[in-house]
Amino acid sequence: MTTSTVVVRALSRRRFAIRENLGRWDVKYSPYAFISPFFIVFALVGLFPLAYTGWVSLHSWDLIGGEGGWTGFENFAFVLQQRQFWVALRNTMSIFLVSAVPQLIVATAIAAALDTNLRNRTFWRMSVLLPFVVMPVAVTLIFGSMFGERYGLVNRTLAEVGLGPIRWHTDPLASHIAIATMVNFRWTGYNALILLAGMQAIPRDLYEAATIDGATWLRRFFRITIPQLRPTVIFVIITATIGGLQIFDEPRLYDQNGLGGEDQQWMTMTIYLYKLGWTQLNFGRAAAVAWLLFVVIVAIGLINLALTRRIASAGAGR
Amino acid sequence: MSILAGLTRNRAQARIEQRPRPFVYAFLAVILAGSVFPFYWSFLIGSGDAGTLSDTSMSWIPGGNFIHNAQSVMDNESVNFWRALANSVIVSSVVSLSVVFFSTLAGFAFSKARFAGQHGLLVFVIGTMCVPTQLSVVPLFIAMSKFGWTGTLGAVIVPGLVTAFGVFWMTQYIAQALPDELVEAGRIDGASMFQTFWYIALPAARPAAAMLGLFTFIMSWTNFFWPFIALNQTNPTLPVALATLQANYFVDYSIVLAGALLATVPLLILFVFAGRQLVEGIMRGAVKG
Repeated sequence: MTTSTVVVRALSRRRFAIRENLGRWDVKYSPYAFISPFFIVFALVGLFPLAYTGWVSLHSWDLIGGEGGWTGFENFAFVLQQRQFWVALRNTMSIFLVSAVPQLIVATAIAAALDTNLRNRTFWRMSVLLPFVVMPVAVTLIFGSMFGERYGLVNRTLAEVGLGPIRWHTDPLASHIAIATMVNFRWTGYNALILLAGMQAIPRDLYEAATIDGATWLRRFFRITIPQLRPTVIFVIITATIGGLQIFDEPRLYDQNGLGGEDQQWMTMTIYLYKLGWTQLNFGRAAAVAWLLFVVIVAIGLINLALTRRIASAGAGR
Repeated sequence: MSILAGLTRNRAQARIEQRPRPFVYAFLAVILAGSVFPFYWSFLIGSGDAGTLSDTSMSWIPGGNFIHNAQSVMDNESVNFWRALANSVIVSSVVSLSVVFFSTLAGFAFSKARFAGQHGLLVFVIGTMCVPTQLSVVPLFIAMSKFGWTGTLGAVIVPGLVTAFGVFWMTQYIAQALPDELVEAGRIDGASMFQTFWYIALPAARPAAAMLGLFTFIMSWTNFFWPFIALNQTNPTLPVALATLQANYFVDYSIVLAGALLATVPLLILFVFAGRQLVEGIMRGAVKG
């Protein structure tokens, strides 16, 4: 063995050691680098604002003057004493219920229809998703033109069968139904596809067994499909709750003023937040509403969870 | 005995695989009509004139004014249509490219690497999905004003650069679609973690990445609340510009609905080419979610 080969070997061994070290560092720390973009951006635009909203809500704060003094829970107390806040809460819940309940029923029916051995399956699936590509702003402008009180298509059609006219922009419940229609136009097909995916995950031999036992289609649907679909339904309800309680686009564009109607008939929580922050220029109060909205969403989520759990255990007990 | 069982099973299977009865098609056709009608209605009103909507003897055949009304939308100075269209394309493209890249990167780390705190961090990511965006609007606006970002596209792009949903989605997909052996083989051949990601994970994740990109693009394109707050009429995105169409004292619905249709056309074209992938993506996401 010559000295040169020894040197080369030593060198290459050293190089290998460095490489190995680098490799170990790479394995150990690269994953953190890979996930860091999410956490950095989230910290800046999610976590920091979350804490800062809390901070702002405890101060008097306006759009022009900026931070005023510490006011403790005064903003919360003020907001909670406003009639408008409770009206906004009522409207938000009402619109949510009026849209979510029929939407879930129709979406389940569509999913059941799509879960059969259809001709042109892809065509029908795509057809229910078509409304999803229309932005809520456009949906609202389109439907808004149908829900006019005097010349609207809906009232004209109702008049032809001897009904109405319904005061879509005056009566609170009527306005909620109109807004719920816009929401459901866009989301029913989307949720139907999610429910369809849930249905297709149900083991087919359950149906076979039931069919052999002579169960009718309706019986199979209520005894197998619906109970097996529960996790998917919970998923749909939770996402619909988070989205639905934040509703802004539709009520904002339901009339030209965008503040939820003359008597706040369709003023939702987010419209109220916007009104406090950007027309009354009071960020402290707007931030308080933001936190209250968050509390409402969490509360509704927990109620949903408890309800579905109770229904689940009752179903298991039978 | 076994033959008999086999026969009944075949018959049961045959019954389930039968073509559905006509009323199933009829029901779906009604739903389809409901999906399509608002498009037709917009075109009907959008091709008429200011009086069409309130005309009680309105014809159900479109008029000839659509090009004219569309032109009014494009020429309206307070709407800024072309600027809005360009801005929407920029914002949606940048946001979806960024979401896809960073989500795949993080998804690769979460599903194929081992590191301390991995599980807790993933749970944290999922937890952030439940935080409503409205909660951060006030401080985000205060911060953006301080930096002088309000009115610029950066104010809309930066908060959209990553999504928790994207990270979760890619983690799920890569965990199941990319075999561990392939990652190990890359490592043994001396590839760095990033090279492994770039040459092995990224190509394997392509189908899910495409769906995530499509979905993010649509969500970004249709987003209104934050752009409406952060931007203004001189530099809007399409939904913000569209909203100003209605903000006049006198609303001419033939122009408003022509505008609503115009703003929808780009996504309609996208839907024609990629609707099938979108359907697949939504259904696949549902099973895992």
